[in-house]
Amino acid sequence: MAWLNIVLQGTLLGGLYALFAAGLSLMFGVMRLVNIAHGDLIVLSAYCSLVIVQATGLHPLLSLGLVVPLMFAFGYALQRGLLNRTLGGDILPPLLVTFGLSVIIQNALLETFSADSRRLQAGALETASLRLGDAISLGWLPIIVFATAVLVIALLRFLLYRTALGRAFRATSDDPETAQLYGVDIRHVFGLATAVALSVLSIAGVLLAIRTNFDPTIGPARLLYAFEAVTIGGLGSPWGTLAGGIILGVAQSLGAAFDPGFEILAGHLAFLAVLLVRPRGLFPRMAD
Amino acid sequence: MNLLETDGLTAFYGDFQALFGVDLAIAEGEAVAIIGANGAGKSTLLRTITGQLAAPAGRVRFAGSPIGSLAPYRIVRHGIALVPEGRRLFSSLSVEENLRLGEQCRRQGPWTLERVYRLFPALARRRQAPAPALSGGEQQMAALGRALMTNPRLLLCDEISLGLAPTVIRDIYAALPGIRAQGTSVLIVEQDTNRALAVADRVYCLQEGRVTLSGAPRELTRDRIRRAYFGV
Repeated sequence: MAWLNIVLQGTLLGGLYALFAAGLSLMFGVMRLVNIAHGDLIVLSAYCSLVIVQATGLHPLLSLGLVVPLMFAFGYALQRGLLNRTLGGDILPPLLVTFGLSVIIQNALLETFSADSRRLQAGALETASLRLGDAISLGWLPIIVFATAVLVIALLRFLLYRTALGRAFRATSDDPETAQLYGVDIRHVFGLATAVALSVLSIAGVLLAIRTNFDPTIGPARLLYAFEAVTIGGLGSPWGTLAGGIILGVAQSLGAAFDPGFEILAGHLAFLAVLLVRPRGLFPRMAD
Repeated sequence: MNLLETDGLTAFYGDFQALFGVDLAIAEGEAVAIIGANGAGKSTLLRTITGQLAAPAGRVRFAGSPIGSLAPYRIVRHGIALVPEGRRLFSSLSVEENLRLGEQCRRQGPWTLERVYRLFPALARRRQAPAPALSGGEQQMAALGRALMTNPRLLLCDEISLGLAPTVIRDIYAALPGIRAQGTSVLIVEQDTNRALAVADRVYCLQEGRVTLSGAPRELTRDRIRRAYFGV
């Protein structure tokens, strides 16, 4: 029973990783842009929520009502104003520019908020739990995080496969030059892709900040988890991303149960194992 | 008034000049063919008209307005649609999704999914299939259908017979009268001269980026066409 508990906790944690990964996967899928600043943008959203909560006294979960639209607008502006200029035949400029952005965000947060660890206070929700039998007790917060991940990924799938914008995303991903011939303004579509990606990661950022302590430097590790979840799941497959997150979460939980020092390492090992056996991930969808 | 006019159109790939002052005119409802050997500048001309290659604004006029400097996604909204060489269907989209992409430019007109399926019943049967699963002929129909879904006033067809069996080519060309019946002008680029002469009201022959011959098919003798085509 103890093991079952560990696996369940890991699964719920995996929901958070899937939320980290979904936006990264969307941006890479639509415009082949690897966003190195992804993790720092997650942290930025957490601070954004912190400021709102401190200013208004809102519950952190309710602050999402402001954080998500803000990050949506920021994402669109970032893409149209900066990242679109880096796209072209070469994959290096977007890497370098988002790497620079990562450094800038980290240092700006450090300058503004200092290196102190912060946390979003969620009141009773932090400790409330659901008891299932003697050995298993699931926190309501992790359950909410997981349910949010499932909902967000279902919505992303709906967006990609059932809407005109989703068709434009996928057509642009296949062949941007031809997509333009049929009326797709790819600069606008790229802007919207980043806007959606940042909306999703902002949800992840706020949930992360309720769950654990955060400070300006934790972004790159979140980026790594996002990468691993995307790669395990297979690029371009929304449910694969969720599966990737869960595998990563379960591996970390099992590692931590074995020895607390093994938590992170176990996740990386699981990632490497999948990479060895299935280099294109478990549920690949994209051709390249 | 002419629907499309180019006036001394030039085009460059870097330092390489591909078009040297091409004058072209297409009237509303007309079918025009462009013939010429490989590298004569036929595809370049279409790329310039659709905005994939930049041209000075006034050098290309469509329905009276200068469109030379516009981006491709704006030009298609004016009513020019291209069926690109090699079809270039979106490989991760189904047939129907490929067709519906034409809706992105939000032009109203006679062409709907239903009409396209009536024109090409083979596509209706495979509407959920991924584009790469289609045969060459079906892919060409899908590419043509996708362009029609933008409800163009001018349809540009780049080598739509390339790599297809003769019977399939006949099926594809059989769709042209139905398209023209909607009042759509058609510009066809073909290497198959006989095919081009058979369907077009007027023909232009390009050679090394220049128009070397133009006129109605019945006015042109084999000999003149051969000279304009090969330059010998």
